[in-house]
Amino acid sequence: MELILALAIGVLCGSGVWLILRPRSYQVIVGLCLLAYGVNLFIFAMGRLYIGAAPIMPKGGFVDPTAYADPLPQSLVLTAIVISFATTALFLVVMIAARGVAGTDHVDGRERRP
Amino acid sequence: MMNEGIAPNHLMIAPILVPLVAGAIMLFYNDRNRQTKLVMGLVAVGLTFLASVELMAGVKSAGEQAGTVVGLYRLGDWPVPIGIVLVLDRLSAMMVMLTALLAAPSLIYAAAGWHGKGQHYHSMFQFLLAGVNGAFLTGDLFNLFVFFEVMLAASYGLMLHGSGPERIKAGLHYIAVNLAASLFFLIGVALVYGTTGTLNMADIGRALYWLDDAERMLFHAAAAFLGLAFLIKAAAWPLCFWLPPTYGAASPPAAAIMAIMTKVGIYVILRLSLLVLGPDAGPSAGFGAPALMIGGVLTMGFGMIGILGTPELTRKGGYLAIISSGTVLAAVGFAQAGGGPGMLGGALYYMVGSTAAISAFFLIAEPVSRGDAGKDENDDGAPAEDVADPLSERWAPMGLDTVEDMTTPASTRTVSWLTMAMCFALVAAMIAGLPPMPGFIGKFAILQGAVQDNLHTSGALPVILWIYAAMLILSGLGALIALMRFGIRRFWAEEGPTPRILALEVIPVVLLLAMIALQTVRADALLNYTRATALALLEPGIYRNAVLAGAQDVRAAPAQNSAPDPTAADDAGQDQEGGE
Repeated sequence: MELILALAIGVLCGSGVWLILRPRSYQVIVGLCLLAYGVNLFIFAMGRLYIGAAPIMPKGGFVDPTAYADPLPQSLVLTAIVISFATTALFLVVMIAARGVAGTDHVDGRERRP
Repeated sequence: MMNEGIAPNHLMIAPILVPLVAGAIMLFYNDRNRQTKLVMGLVAVGLTFLASVELMAGVKSAGEQAGTVVGLYRLGDWPVPIGIVLVLDRLSAMMVMLTALLAAPSLIYAAAGWHGKGQHYHSMFQFLLAGVNGAFLTGDLFNLFVFFEVMLAASYGLMLHGSGPERIKAGLHYIAVNLAASLFFLIGVALVYGTTGTLNMADIGRALYWLDDAERMLFHAAAAFLGLAFLIKAAAWPLCFWLPPTYGAASPPAAAIMAIMTKVGIYVILRLSLLVLGPDAGPSAGFGAPALMIGGVLTMGFGMIGILGTPELTRKGGYLAIISSGTVLAAVGFAQAGGGPGMLGGALYYMVGSTAAISAFFLIAEPVSRGDAGKDENDDGAPAEDVADPLSERWAPMGLDTVEDMTTPASTRTVSWLTMAMCFALVAAMIAGLPPMPGFIGKFAILQGAVQDNLHTSGALPVILWIYAAMLILSGLGALIALMRFGIRRFWAEEGPTPRILALEVIPVVLLLAMIALQTVRADALLNYTRATALALLEPGIYRNAVLAGAQDVRAAPAQNSAPDPTAADDAGQDQEGGE
């Protein structure tokens, strides 16, 4: 499972970085999304990997914390997802406005001269 | 040891809540009621300022009795390393006050017409303030991320305020860069949590002692990722390419308040590098200090070249912000490497003055270069603006029906061109660091601290300090040459009718200049304050003990992924405290 997760994060981040270095704004936004997915998985993995463990403990009394998944990375990742979703949506709006104003989807607002 | 009695309790959250609530209430009003919103915004800023005065008085009065005291506010009253805390010390109190002081002039300037050139200017402005104050006050790394995002989201809106092709283009780059930087921030936060098992800044420093070598390497990677994210926001050299176009394209009041945003990046670097990686951090002590020193000096050099090379005045302001960032960053690096508190105290003093000056510069740059014939040499195709009326100036809606109205300025009084020239000269003198101004006093204090604290150890100053001292003076000279060239051309050499400038556009600059003058007159008091701040920052044990005072009981049952052996950590914390 570790290997699969590591590969997934690597592939997502790698393709994300490649895409945000591309000149088209659509590629940049897809790259940012992929990068955000990779980072979110990474945050999740930093709470260690568990299979079939609940993050929420029952009320009252002392319980063995080793039987439960770490809830903190899960809440962190939830916050990170919400924030990156919102900011990406904002970026999308600006991107569309830039496309409308410049008439091209190049990130610099003009095509490179041949 | 419990400091609830000393700490200013619920007042601590006021600098976050007041702007947040004010901004939210404004949303219930029609956006055409800009004068109402302006008054509400000014009231909110005033309340924040009063709260910051109170907070600072609390920090100072307690400081006179027992060194330095750190106020703690537990959100939701959760026990300390588990819950999120707000922490107030001398540095945060100072920064919160500075934010409030910069906000009022920017708001007044916006009343001259800029707040009518787009929607919800005042709400976004207040949300920006809430995010900035939150970032200054929080003691939790992930909470810092959240406040950073609040601040950035508001800044995207403010940056794009007024619209127009140039702004949208610069805004696209600005948002993309900051989204990428936020992802770096998240990677760093996740790695910190993975290695130390905590996100409380004070607790991270404590957990750091018990990392083994493999974990320490990962932690250093985390620190590097976080550093990268904050250096992008603080605009250190290779990462500052986004700043001049963004700040140059933003509307002047937005750029003026965004001047504090680079200082948020610097604040976090200052806080984390001295608290977590400071002199007492064992094998991690001084991690990143060389990068800060060299990067800071290179940043100053880059800013100097940039300000000499760019013809456009608003872009020059961006390079000034870069110079100011580099100066403070290098001083932080020196302090982290053991350069002594004198330099850091001077650098903090310099930071307050230069931030105010840069803010004033952004406010004055636009009216002064209005209708400037020499401006058409820039390459981005913007035509020289011969429009005398500030309301129709630089105003190109993007074809979508986003803006329905333009409010008239709150007052139509105008001022003479001579007043502008005087203000410009004073701001330029401040930025260049000419003698009576705080820029000079700050640089002098930095140099004095550098010589005093570092000379006796080896008999000679280290080479990098020489380079830093030279850059400190040269960057001031560069700024002076660049601004003087502009001033001579614009105020003396140019003929023709002078543009019409509203009094509302000059009052904020005069206010900021009054602040700067006060900083000169009361230089002694402020320098004492910043020096005490530097001393406190170089003693991270004070901060750590104050935050973790009540933390013993919750760590009794260690969670699976928490830092190893919390009881030992507590003992060490108490040892340090005994050493005070």
